[in-house]
Amino acid sequence: MIAQVVNQIPAPHIEWLPILPELILVGTGLVTMLYEAFATRSQRAVHLMLSLTGVAGAAYAAFLLWDWTGEPTVLAGAVAADRYAVVARLLLLGIAAIGLLFGTHYFARTPEHERGEFYPLVLFATSGMTLIAASADLIVMFLALEILSLSLYVLTGFSSRVESSEAAMKYFLLGAFSSAFFLYGVAMAYGATGTTRIGAVAHALAGATGSTALALLGFVFLAVGFAFKVGAVPFHMWTPDVYQGAPTPVTAYMGAATKTAAFLALIRVLDVAFQPLAWDWTPVIWVLAAVSIVVGSVLAIAQTDVKRMLAYSSVAHAGFILTGLTAANQDGIAAAMFYLLSYATMVLGAFGVVMLVSIRGEERTSLSAYAGLARRSPVLAGLMALFLLSLAGIPPAAGFMAKVSVFGAAIRAGHWPLVLIGVLSSVAAAFFYLRVIVLMYMQEPSAATVERGEPDGSAWLAGAGLLVPAAVTLAIGVFPQIVLGILERASVLTW
Amino acid sequence: MRWLTITTFLPLVAVPILLAGRGMRDDLARGIALLVSLATFVVSLGILGRFEATDAGFQMVERAVWIRSLGISYALGVDGVSLWMILLTTFLFPVAILASWRVERDVRLYMTAMLVLECGVLGTFVALDLVLFFVFFEAILVPMYLIIGGWGGERRVYAAVKFFLYTMAGSAFLLAAILFMFSRSDALAGGASFYLPDLMQLALPVATARWLFLAFLVAFAVKVPIFPLHTWLPDAHTEAPTAGSVILAGVMLKVGAYGLIRFNLALFPEASRHFSGLLSVLAVIGIVYGAVVALIQTDIKRLVAYSSVSHLGFVVLGIFAFTNQGVTGGVLQMVNHGLSTGALFLLVGMVYERTHTRDLDRMGGLAGVMPWLTGAFLFAVFASAGLPGLNNFVGEFLVIVGAFSANTALGSVASIAVVLAAIYLLWSYQRMAYGPVREEHRSLPDLSVREVAVLAPVLALLLVFGVYPKVLTDRIEPTTEAVVRRVEPDHPIEAGPPPVSVAQPAEATP
Repeated sequence: MIAQVVNQIPAPHIEWLPILPELILVGTGLVTMLYEAFATRSQRAVHLMLSLTGVAGAAYAAFLLWDWTGEPTVLAGAVAADRYAVVARLLLLGIAAIGLLFGTHYFARTPEHERGEFYPLVLFATSGMTLIAASADLIVMFLALEILSLSLYVLTGFSSRVESSEAAMKYFLLGAFSSAFFLYGVAMAYGATGTTRIGAVAHALAGATGSTALALLGFVFLAVGFAFKVGAVPFHMWTPDVYQGAPTPVTAYMGAATKTAAFLALIRVLDVAFQPLAWDWTPVIWVLAAVSIVVGSVLAIAQTDVKRMLAYSSVAHAGFILTGLTAANQDGIAAAMFYLLSYATMVLGAFGVVMLVSIRGEERTSLSAYAGLARRSPVLAGLMALFLLSLAGIPPAAGFMAKVSVFGAAIRAGHWPLVLIGVLSSVAAAFFYLRVIVLMYMQEPSAATVERGEPDGSAWLAGAGLLVPAAVTLAIGVFPQIVLGILERASVLTW
Repeated sequence: MRWLTITTFLPLVAVPILLAGRGMRDDLARGIALLVSLATFVVSLGILGRFEATDAGFQMVERAVWIRSLGISYALGVDGVSLWMILLTTFLFPVAILASWRVERDVRLYMTAMLVLECGVLGTFVALDLVLFFVFFEAILVPMYLIIGGWGGERRVYAAVKFFLYTMAGSAFLLAAILFMFSRSDALAGGASFYLPDLMQLALPVATARWLFLAFLVAFAVKVPIFPLHTWLPDAHTEAPTAGSVILAGVMLKVGAYGLIRFNLALFPEASRHFSGLLSVLAVIGIVYGAVVALIQTDIKRLVAYSSVSHLGFVVLGIFAFTNQGVTGGVLQMVNHGLSTGALFLLVGMVYERTHTRDLDRMGGLAGVMPWLTGAFLFAVFASAGLPGLNNFVGEFLVIVGAFSANTALGSVASIAVVLAAIYLLWSYQRMAYGPVREEHRSLPDLSVREVAVLAPVLALLLVFGVYPKVLTDRIEPTTEAVVRRVEPDHPIEAGPPPVSVAQPAEATP
């Protein structure tokens, strides 16, 4: 009897390739975990090599999907195999690789905080992120969201400092709350359309003749969940504490990757599932964008800790990306993806420098630690200046072109008041980025910051991790076309 | 040969060498920077040589696709207005670099900032694509900010941040306006574009064009600066190191005036006419206000800074007179002010290096101690005050003639300000050079060979362009005629002798 019923359920045909990147990541994560458990004396270098190999393998597997000719969605419509997912994965894997390099360097400097679990947790979080960007079903999206969130909660509380545990607790409580919102939104979308598949939701909404109130309510709940993850006002409360409390390499990785992954998933929800209701949701995103930009920029001015300042600036940047999404078309998607790429590189770079300046743990993250940095370490100051100017949107760094592309998309869609808010807030934002540059270049080092930390052999790891963002920031700032062409081809989402 | 590209980016050649050369001797860094900036000047003479004086349009145009996805092109070109801005820039930078030989701190970084700044300024003058222009326009903020904030006077950080934020606030509107124009340019035959000659074909609704005009105006008015957006200027000029002030006054203020001609007049002719009354009044207020405030300054650098506000008022007044004389005079005045105020800042810097004060009350009698330096100062003061036979006279004269034919009242007020300029400049010279000499100043050295090398070319040009402005006007006029015709299509092109011959006889009757 039961066997009969089981046989009646059609078993989905399983295409392995489209989820191979996630499989590789999870597999490598398990291997590093086992290594940590069974190796008598676990070696940092082995962990790093294993993890990087996994990331590289996943990237290669993702790369193979660029010319995927099979069905647009696989695994019974749960995972999308489009070029959007390929680019999303490559971006996220790049961030993960740099995060791993930073982490290794951090542990070399503060062995007391070192735990081998860092590597598998980053890999698991990354697998959740790549999956969320590729998910074509709201349930899978929720699962991926939980995978990445749970890993990040642990990573946030990773060091034994009180602030770190406090941040993790705060992140966890608020995160759980937002997950509930997200799940509630999925349920309502299901109630309105009878499906959780993103493409099918769109079809149902496009053909809907009656009231779309339930679907819209579902959208609002989903939007709350996403707004929390990307740190958009008024769901940004966790960002400063978590950014400040988490170990700096985790902040770098999380700041860049979570925002990227959550936005990439949000784009799929907005521009596929709820595309038929674009007229209804555009104002919501418009307001979220405007409020995030203004509040993020203004609050960042008052900060005295560089990590908190970057946290508030991340809120403003979430607003800029949302600005691109108000275009609700392919232009906007490509622009937002370009912004995500630029933002990820700048933020990785900036936190990378913060990590190196603080020397050990979270010792020197107050702004005063940057006084006279250009004298002490000109290269570090130069890199920080580059990343800050890029964040401020000064050409020829990537941040400027990113702003031009999102503002351009929004203005073509008729949202010029939002663009005006954006450009004016950029001026306020420039003030606090400039303040760091003033400290670095125009003040003498204070006595407390002059003495240097002990040199160690792992600085080249962080250096290598910083070089990539620096090169990318300049390269795509001056020649954005090298990636824009790819992003344009990747911005066609499959249903 | 891509003359414009080569000229624009040549200064950057030295940047990697300077940045990489840790432990490089300071003199070597200075020498490299000077050499590269001189080479840029020589190459820019090639542009002058190839320039067709009779052609009013853009010449030596280079155009390539830069960012296809966003419709942004790499487009450069030069016309009668930008030609002289380029040459002024390439001329003043070697002078400024030579003048900063005494900079001792972080020489490599300083010289890097100077050369990046030169590239950026040149870029703003040759760019024909609006986004490309904006990139250069914003990019010049950073090196100038570093120069003011890193090597300036006591309140340098305040001045640097103020300078940066003022300019950036203005350019925020510019960026929004540029993107807005692009979004409306789909109607063009060639599709959406940021290319200036394409956008000049765009027919915008009157109200839209006026709003866009204002957005462009704010960006450039801060830079010029037009009263009441000038408040950053005295601080920035006063606190900047000598070379920074020279470049700020000599070149960067011109970016604003140049932007008004290049973009505001070209893109929004109707709006330009509509707002010309307002701008002429603001210009005259700036002329008088700058002169009056300069009168009461005791800080000589601040005095020169306020005189810039006044002089730039003439430029704006000339531009918005929409007559051939007015616009030509405005452009001429841009070049002349760059040279004469540049010279004044150089001399103020030299005086400061010796006396360590900028306070006029604590100087006096310097003419007896340093006859050559004060002599050069007097020469620059005469030029700046518009003494006939020296360069400023021609430009101011043309502007006032142009303004008179547009609006008699404004022309009259502006000509009164010329007298004020003579008063504050000569009075400051008097307080500095004559009277009893202070004890600690008795043994100050006169000009060194390097300083003579810095001053001689600038002072020589003050005389050359005063006696023979035709070199400049011949190439400026075809372009300004085209500008005037575009803004005022019905306006009759003035009959009678061309403006230069109006100016020249006047030299004989001071």
